[in-house]
Amino acid sequence: MAERLEFLLRNAFPDADELCVEDRTGGGDHFQVTVASPSFDGLSLLDQHRRVNEALTEPLRDGTIHELRIKTRGTST
Amino acid sequence: MSELGDRIKDVIENEPVALFMKGTPQFIMCGNSDRALRALREAGAPVTTVDVLPDAAIRQELSEVSGWPTIPQVFVKGELVGGADITEELGESGELARLLEEKLGEGYRDGAEEHVVDVLSGARA
Repeated sequence: MAERLEFLLRNAFPDADELCVEDRTGGGDHFQVTVASPSFDGLSLLDQHRRVNEALTEPLRDGTIHELRIKTRGTST
Repeated sequence: MSELGDRIKDVIENEPVALFMKGTPQFIMCGNSDRALRALREAGAPVTTVDVLPDAAIRQELSEVSGWPTIPQVFVKGELVGGADITEELGESGELARLLEEKLGEGYRDGAEEHVVDVLSGARA
């Protein structure tokens, strides 16, 4: 399942410097995702998380993701 | 918009700090809601909580209003701050306290009380 999420994020952020999906419990439904991308430069934290949520709309909606932790940053700082 | 939607909007717009969470501060049903509540308490925020669990419609209407897909959701003065990760991150950096001061005034910590609103009945405790 982590692979599916990584695939979706990779498509949404093809230029990401860091892209990591961790299955926090091994159960395939609690995830920690970390994305560092130049496309976040100049965006507020809220908008950065919004972009990640948008990329994961499907698995969030269909219940695949029970819990999602997000960490994002731009690359300019 | 339904009556429920109106009550949700009313909480967002009129409570200084609104936290939509799973469970109540007395009985927290999810670790993320716990993280958001802790960060708000540490910053001394006057938190009004809404439990989204009693009816799935609460979650659906809330996400329609906010455009945010997950729970918890934190609002300060009607504005979405974010979910647990953002609230926690802002809390750790001290930015959350700065935001609260800016939006609610310097003395926001004084006499900060917690309230619980039931959006199904409209009751506020």
